[in-house]
Amino acid sequence: MPGDITINICMGTGGIAAGGEAVMSAFEDALASADIAASVKKHCAAHKVGCRGFCARDVLVDVIENGGKHTYEYIKPDMVKRIVEEHLAGGQPVQEWLVKEDYHTFHGKQVRAVLADCGEMDPEDIEAYAGRGGYEAALKSLTSLAPTDIIEELKRSGLRGRGGAGFPTGLKWEMARNEPGDTKYIICNADEGDPGAFMDRSLVEGNPHAVIEGMLIGAYAIGAQRGYVYIRAEYPLAVQRLTIALGQARERGFLGRNIQNTGFDFDIKVKLGAGAFVCGEETALIASIEGNRGMPRAKPPFPAQKGLWGKPTVINNVETLANVPYIMRKGSGWFAGFGTEKSKGTKVFALTGKIRNSGLIEVPFGISLREIIFDIGGGIEGDRKLKAVQTGGPSGGCIPASLMETSVDYESLASAGSIVGSGGMVVLDETDCMVNVAKYFLEFTKSESCGKCIPCRVGTMRLLEILTRITSGKGRPGDVELLQELSEDIKMTSLCGLGQTAPNPVLSTIRYFKDEYDAHIIERRCPAGVCKSFIAFTVLEEFCKGCMACVRVCPSGAIVGEKKKPHRIVQDVCIKCGACFATCKFQAVRKRAVYGEIHTR
Amino acid sequence: MEQRLEGILNNYLQNEGNVISILQDIENEFGYLPEDAISWISDRLDVPPARFYGIATFYSQFHLKPRGKHCITACTGTACHVKGSEWLISSLTSELHLLPDEDTTEDRKFTVEKVNCLGACSIAPVVVIDKEVYGKMSSDRLMKLVKKLEKKESEKEKA
Repeated sequence: MPGDITINICMGTGGIAAGGEAVMSAFEDALASADIAASVKKHCAAHKVGCRGFCARDVLVDVIENGGKHTYEYIKPDMVKRIVEEHLAGGQPVQEWLVKEDYHTFHGKQVRAVLADCGEMDPEDIEAYAGRGGYEAALKSLTSLAPTDIIEELKRSGLRGRGGAGFPTGLKWEMARNEPGDTKYIICNADEGDPGAFMDRSLVEGNPHAVIEGMLIGAYAIGAQRGYVYIRAEYPLAVQRLTIALGQARERGFLGRNIQNTGFDFDIKVKLGAGAFVCGEETALIASIEGNRGMPRAKPPFPAQKGLWGKPTVINNVETLANVPYIMRKGSGWFAGFGTEKSKGTKVFALTGKIRNSGLIEVPFGISLREIIFDIGGGIEGDRKLKAVQTGGPSGGCIPASLMETSVDYESLASAGSIVGSGGMVVLDETDCMVNVAKYFLEFTKSESCGKCIPCRVGTMRLLEILTRITSGKGRPGDVELLQELSEDIKMTSLCGLGQTAPNPVLSTIRYFKDEYDAHIIERRCPAGVCKSFIAFTVLEEFCKGCMACVRVCPSGAIVGEKKKPHRIVQDVCIKCGACFATCKFQAVRKRAVYGEIHTR
Repeated sequence: MEQRLEGILNNYLQNEGNVISILQDIENEFGYLPEDAISWISDRLDVPPARFYGIATFYSQFHLKPRGKHCITACTGTACHVKGSEWLISSLTSELHLLPDEDTTEDRKFTVEKVNCLGACSIAPVVVIDKEVYGKMSSDRLMKLVKKLEKKESEKEKA
């Protein structure tokens, strides 16, 4: 209705962690009270919406009236009353709480294609999705398009898998379609395991119906009657919203028997992952759905030929599937209009780490890393220096600051030694140690290796041992060459993608940051001051006020001293956790290299 | 126990479950996988216990030992890592006197665990204490929270 006021409150995982639920109920309470109702003449409704992208500013609140939108940032429940009184009732937005210029620069270079509805509507309401054109594409596909038309349209769009490997989606569907047999499956891979990535979580939380609609169109195109969403149990909110959405889709006749009277049957079941990164690999995921240990097998046969229960199966990532309804509604030409020649469309990235504006972003392929980090991301936190960007999680690599003009697309990132991957983008600054980062990823892949093939099981273990040796001051000359040789062997001989890509973080850090490896091995120091063996914490007596704050937080009881007298850290007891360093208000606790320079906070 | 397991078995039969879904149900019901529960189910279904253990030890969601009353989960995703989750964890284990391969305190009051990524990277580093998510955690704030919980527990004991 014209004149109505809509209030959208961010309630993704980020929004809820920042207190979104309390803000939501504050609005509901304020709107329900009688004197407010009398002073606000217009009809007001508060809605929860999915991720808005700019999670660092949560709780974000939109007030929409007559098509005009005012966005508030960092909203706490106690601020709600003033917004209701001055803005909703008085018509005067609370200027000082509105988003500033940088909020708009954050959005300036972004394109909201697959995220078009995410953060704009209530994800738990199918009518909200339908009202924005949702399910139109499915209806059109099922009633007036042949399955092959859909596949051709997708091929024309140039959509490639968004989960990591970048395989053309249309081609994958065609393979499964052409396989003989009546029973086929479509699986949505929502087992987003890459640490530092949350695109799929945000999509499922913010717009679960787009994923369902994408699966429905896919099922019709390949001829599947059954679908599964394999989703991480660590994402309780996403699971809950997906389950609600599935129920609504069934009620509205978009799932179940004889969908929209077309005679087509299709339904979707949710399968909870049990926590294994390797299950992101297609054949391992299938094994897990079948109730087995999630161990990959050799390909071919590909899942499109022999997948779940031995039947032709298409496995697509969440973001890939969520793109499908938009492509079918707006046309392949619209989609192919974004991006580069080989990488069409847009990609959602999780921009995190030492970046000022961290959050969920969607950009067209072909944008440069510099534009993402400095224009959208607003540069590095605390005005420190950019060191590298880690993309693609444990399968990816680190791209150094000198290569920031690199175009973000499948091919360019690969030639820089990294990958697009599922879309994690972690920004590292001068206080990050690259050897430690490599070791971090190897710890991850070592513990997530399923153990089936030796190169991965033993190789990642050995890589980790060498890296641990280097970061603990016991590195030997020749270790770098050994790492490189072993990495190449693991890449060549591992069974699945996990092992084949596990050495990437090591290789790319050696390629661009060999001086840091040398500093650890030869000079016995960690230039960034991260590796514990090379640092010690001490109290500078002339700065210490004797306030006992560090004594109270020290978990190992390593700090001795009395009130108002300088404290002292007993080095043998200190576990170097940094609690005192973070706590001291007087910069009296200093981190120093065992040999050489002193770092201040 | 048998009655609760009977329910889990029914759920499995009605909903086309599998070994994983049974284990997930047991974990939800008891908070870990008791040996007796696995033997009971394995007898009833005539599936060797080794198959259950093979799966239970493969996936990180399952626990073979009882867990602490308070669960502190530190996210160790990349963003949390570069923002100091490693330091948070070492302060936690030291505060609770946990040995390197232990995750639960002897009195079963606390369990400290790591999780690969919670997908809340924008507010890194993230720590979840008893299902409540805390973003932008610092070691001094974490120590204060844990010490408060410890104090509450010891007061309860005295009372």
